[in-house]
Amino acid sequence: MLAFTLRRAVQAIGVMFAVGIIAFSMFRFAGDPVNQIVSIDTSAAEREIVRKSLGLDDPVPVQFARYFADAAQFKFGVSYQFRQPVSALLSERMPATLELAICATVFAMVFGILMGVYSALKRDTVLAKLFQAVSLIGISLPTFLIGILLIYLFAVTLGWLPSFGRGEVVKLGWWTTGLLTLSGLKALIMPSITLGLFQMTLIMRLVRAEMLEVLRTDYIRFARARGLTTRAIHFGHALKNTLIPVITVAGLQFGSVIAFSIITETVFQWPGMGLLFVQAVQNVDIPIMAAYLLMVSLIFVTINLVVDILYTVVDPRLRSTVGRAA
Amino acid sequence: MTEPVLSVRNLKVEFASRRGTLRAIDGVSFDIAKGEVLGVVGESGAGKSVTGLAVIGLIDPPGRIAGGEIHLAGLRIDNLPPEEMRRIRGKRIGMIFQDPLTSLNPLYRVGDQIVETIRTHLNLSEAAARRRAIDLLAEVGIPAPEKRIDGYPHEFSGGMRQRVVIALAICAEPELIIADEPTTALDVSVQAQIISLIKRLGRDHGTAVMLVTHDMGVIAETSDRVAVMYAGRVAEIGPVQDVVKNPLHPYAKGLMGAIPTLAGDDKRLVQIPGSMPRLSAIPRGCSFNPRCAFAFDRCRVERPEPLPRGAQSVACHLYDNVPAESAA
Repeated sequence: MLAFTLRRAVQAIGVMFAVGIIAFSMFRFAGDPVNQIVSIDTSAAEREIVRKSLGLDDPVPVQFARYFADAAQFKFGVSYQFRQPVSALLSERMPATLELAICATVFAMVFGILMGVYSALKRDTVLAKLFQAVSLIGISLPTFLIGILLIYLFAVTLGWLPSFGRGEVVKLGWWTTGLLTLSGLKALIMPSITLGLFQMTLIMRLVRAEMLEVLRTDYIRFARARGLTTRAIHFGHALKNTLIPVITVAGLQFGSVIAFSIITETVFQWPGMGLLFVQAVQNVDIPIMAAYLLMVSLIFVTINLVVDILYTVVDPRLRSTVGRAA
Repeated sequence: MTEPVLSVRNLKVEFASRRGTLRAIDGVSFDIAKGEVLGVVGESGAGKSVTGLAVIGLIDPPGRIAGGEIHLAGLRIDNLPPEEMRRIRGKRIGMIFQDPLTSLNPLYRVGDQIVETIRTHLNLSEAAARRRAIDLLAEVGIPAPEKRIDGYPHEFSGGMRQRVVIALAICAEPELIIADEPTTALDVSVQAQIISLIKRLGRDHGTAVMLVTHDMGVIAETSDRVAVMYAGRVAEIGPVQDVVKNPLHPYAKGLMGAIPTLAGDDKRLVQIPGSMPRLSAIPRGCSFNPRCAFAFDRCRVERPEPLPRGAQSVACHLYDNVPAESAA
């Protein structure tokens, strides 16, 4: 088990190294960084001084080693547009994005699993068919459209919810949270739904399909032959087996929730990493783009690792094969 | 004779399909007494398994029991409300399925699955149920049960898993066990052990056993009586030695003739020509008539009803109104 975790961790580091190379090469190929920093009328001699002070005249491998060593300590250089350390900018924006992503994922999991189980168990009811129809809409409508429709309905027409921003936030150390104020919570509702709707419909359809599959298995038939109550069969035996693939998908989706939050954050002017990234792209602010790339892949890799470990917790069969292989 | 544990009368099971209603079981009747093993044989699709599922009340839509009665120790059970039938399943009727590899939930320890079943049916504490589960595992021949009880199904071999399944089926001391092809998925060497285990448990606890199989060898070894099924009907039923040595129904004769012997005679095995009709195309009259060497006009028009003949009962016009001596 430990060996398995370690092996996965080493693989994760390998992935991060590869992403680091891509992030670093953005500096080399997206124009000369010195030109981004200095003004047009700076002399060539002054440009050389800036180049030297930033270490840009060193050989490429040296520069890469330095970039990677810094990145490992969460130092990503200075933003061209804000003239502030990128790590400070990111850590200021990260709580907003993570809070939004977590709320969206919780929303997606809770409603996705509930609706999925319901539509598997009560397949022929009107409500189950309605869920299926709604899930088609959720899967096919683009995120920004859902966001704009929600804003039009709840912010413009009904005036119940704010149309942009995070509302009032409370500082807890370096973390800022909108979960403790009423306006913060209200501001979180529409972005979470917008961001989580696709995942919710995906999880719902997955749970429904898996549950129907599991209900056809021999051990469910045998559980019925043993006279277990319907509740024990559905929620004890069937649901647990259903959740194994759901864990994978939900875990991987959490990564893409963070990645997709770029669109949602833009629509709702949500002050998170995604919005920062969009501004960085507009201003060719490469340190921020590179750091964002690294952070998102770090989150992806970490989630994958957690999902792998969760698997072995839920499924005893993996525990022993993992033990044997290690 | 005392009241039979299981009494099935004129059972009919139908499946609604796009092309109309298919009758999988058409007027099956039999009894099983306390401590008796009834073997049910027949080809695939003869209705053996469906009969077992009908008795335990697990026919799923689009299937339904369309007629007849099932009595368990005098209580009619085919029309019970689902919740009452659930209480009978596992408590008064235990069932063993064909494939032990897929019968157990892979995510739960075998002990948890046994304890869960025990506590569903008997009013026992967690600890008492666990002790009972260990005793059960010991009884079905699992070595070191106090350790194995915390194992997961994938840590058991096929034969051992079938023993666990049997422990689950008998954990509430049922009056009747339905074993649906319990040895088909197992190695030949393990089959004999499982068969003798089922036989011993039936004897020790006075449990009635309905053993569904297509293996005549298993039937001959285990059963007290045997029912030969063909196309959803019982062709012949009787004491096992009579039916094996002196089968009456032409189909039963064919089946017995198709068993290889170790005696070493070089006779070719008898083959029954043709195959069993599909449910959608059961012929008029006797359903066996197109394959029967003895068929005559009446067989193609009128369906034979089961008639007692000695200890046996046979559904064949050959034995209708014919004195016992002149019958083949």
